[in-house]
Amino acid sequence: MNNLNYVGIDIGSTASKVAVLGDHDEKFVLPTGWSSKETCQTIKMKLKEMGVDVESDDTIVVATGYGRVAVDFADHVITEITCHARGGRALSDSDSLAIIDVGGQDTKVILVEHGMVQDFLMNDKCSAGTGKFLEIMANRLGVTLNEIFDMASGGKVLPISSLCTVFAESEVINYIGQGCKREDIAAGVVDSVASKVAQLGMRKNLPDKVILTGGLSHSTYFTQILSDKVGKTVENTPDGRYAGAVGAAILGKEKSRRK
Amino acid sequence: MELVKELPEVFEEFAEQRKNSFLALKQIKDKGIPVIGAYCTYFPTEIARAMGAVTVGLCSTSDETIPAAEKYLPKNLCPLIKSSYGFAITDKCPFFYFSDVVVGETTCDGKKKMYEYLSEIKNCFLMELPNTQNEAAFKLWKSEIIRFKEYLEEQFDTTITEDAIREAIKVENKARLALKELYQVMRADPAPIKGHDLWRVLYGSTFKFDRAKIPEEVHALVEKINAEYAAGKMEEKKPRILITGCPIGGAPEKVIDAIENNGGIVVTFENCSGAKSIDQLVDEDNPDVYDALARRYLNIGCSVMTPNKNRLDLLSRLIDEYKVDGVVEMTLQACHTYNVETFAIRRFVNEVKGIPYIHVETDYSQADIGQLNTRLTAFIEML
Repeated sequence: MNNLNYVGIDIGSTASKVAVLGDHDEKFVLPTGWSSKETCQTIKMKLKEMGVDVESDDTIVVATGYGRVAVDFADHVITEITCHARGGRALSDSDSLAIIDVGGQDTKVILVEHGMVQDFLMNDKCSAGTGKFLEIMANRLGVTLNEIFDMASGGKVLPISSLCTVFAESEVINYIGQGCKREDIAAGVVDSVASKVAQLGMRKNLPDKVILTGGLSHSTYFTQILSDKVGKTVENTPDGRYAGAVGAAILGKEKSRRK
Repeated sequence: MELVKELPEVFEEFAEQRKNSFLALKQIKDKGIPVIGAYCTYFPTEIARAMGAVTVGLCSTSDETIPAAEKYLPKNLCPLIKSSYGFAITDKCPFFYFSDVVVGETTCDGKKKMYEYLSEIKNCFLMELPNTQNEAAFKLWKSEIIRFKEYLEEQFDTTITEDAIREAIKVENKARLALKELYQVMRADPAPIKGHDLWRVLYGSTFKFDRAKIPEEVHALVEKINAEYAAGKMEEKKPRILITGCPIGGAPEKVIDAIENNGGIVVTFENCSGAKSIDQLVDEDNPDVYDALARRYLNIGCSVMTPNKNRLDLLSRLIDEYKVDGVVEMTLQACHTYNVETFAIRRFVNEVKGIPYIHVETDYSQADIGQLNTRLTAFIEML
């Protein structure tokens, strides 16, 4: 039973996250790009360089995320809801909590009680309130995702009322045309995303412990706005973007232990 | 009344299966048998059957004709209503096309208003369905059933006797008992067959014109399933799911697949064409046939009723009898009554029955299959 490795691979719409537990302890992320299959091959090679052979019997691979079926070398395939719940528990060291995950194309709220998923909600077929919305607006403002938060923190919120990303983008263009301050537009964009995420979260009775996972989970500026909107403290998680991958790796470990 | 006997002009463009349905109905019409189409499980089919007519459900279940309907109806309307109207105006539905009379009921707001437009192109008989289930309501529904009988007598220049109605009641009750016997095979754990296969038979039975043949055919199927089960042929043991909500025939069957392709098994359907329309029999001992019909039909627990206690009672029984692990509610986009009622159903299922519940909203498109798969797989993983 030596050299055992548990690999969690979370193929998101924007980023692919990998976590290794066991003999190795690794985390890395790469862009999903246009082909999930190709990304999976890159992940496989990268793991091999680290000394983790996904084809080996001593390596348990669990795939999750929207591209989970593309991971043809996975031993198990588990939805991102279950993986995020497990990863969220591990990252927050808590068994009863709510996990708000803002992903590239999905936003989800997962309620966990005594370690079990009790309920969850996902956004409908709309990209408002997701990372994609923020990415498009950041592009429009000529900044990166990280920069948009810094920029927004120095601005006054300009209202963006459209629910549709495409219409919201034209509102942003309108503000640009009017010569509004970039900081104010950025603040409006971030506020709009936080509002949509909060609306989803408030459709459930959130417990006292709420954490943010996904690509925005490091931003204290974003969690502060989100906390104000939901009326609870939403905590940052340092490795929040790996919640799904870490959860997948832990579930792989738990599954093989049960056998 | 002159019966519709000719095929529509667009007939040649249809695919094989639809052509066959048209031809099957044409045969019936050539024999001089009237066809009565209906849109709802509240429709007292026995009255039309007592006249010797064939009855058929007209609720449409594909997005094929939605663009045609959206020329006239709002986009954010229930897909079942849009699709039904679309099929009606394009002559693409054999059942609507050959219906001599279509019967609507004042069920939900969308259907009720759609019937106003339908009546412009077809003989439409609208029954006033009460939206509650008290004595005054039974009285009204009984008088509506009698009014419907009189309408048919006048339209087709015939007499519908109480004896004929009594006979039709017996035939329908036997069909219900047979279908019930069929869906009860799913009480076994592990289940003997896939829920989707059960569904195909239940839904398919609504298109069987010779109702008297149903018991024999269904009984043979039950015997076969039981024999195979005894010989060890069965599904794997999986989380047992009850589906409730809007009508699930046709396009929304994607929800059944999303459950059964991802680790669950559907053991019972509370929806229309499932237990909702089969569970209760018409009282054959009631000397007043109209009263017996009125009580049986009005008691159906659809969300158009307020309050809607009968739905909870049926759900409660089904959850216990079928050892259900989780409830999936499917509602169609813009179905207000079912959508609003999800809160009550969730509360009942979680708090009274103590099992998990998930609600998914969908339409007749295939665009959300990925999302449905993720949600329902996650739900099954939770069980």
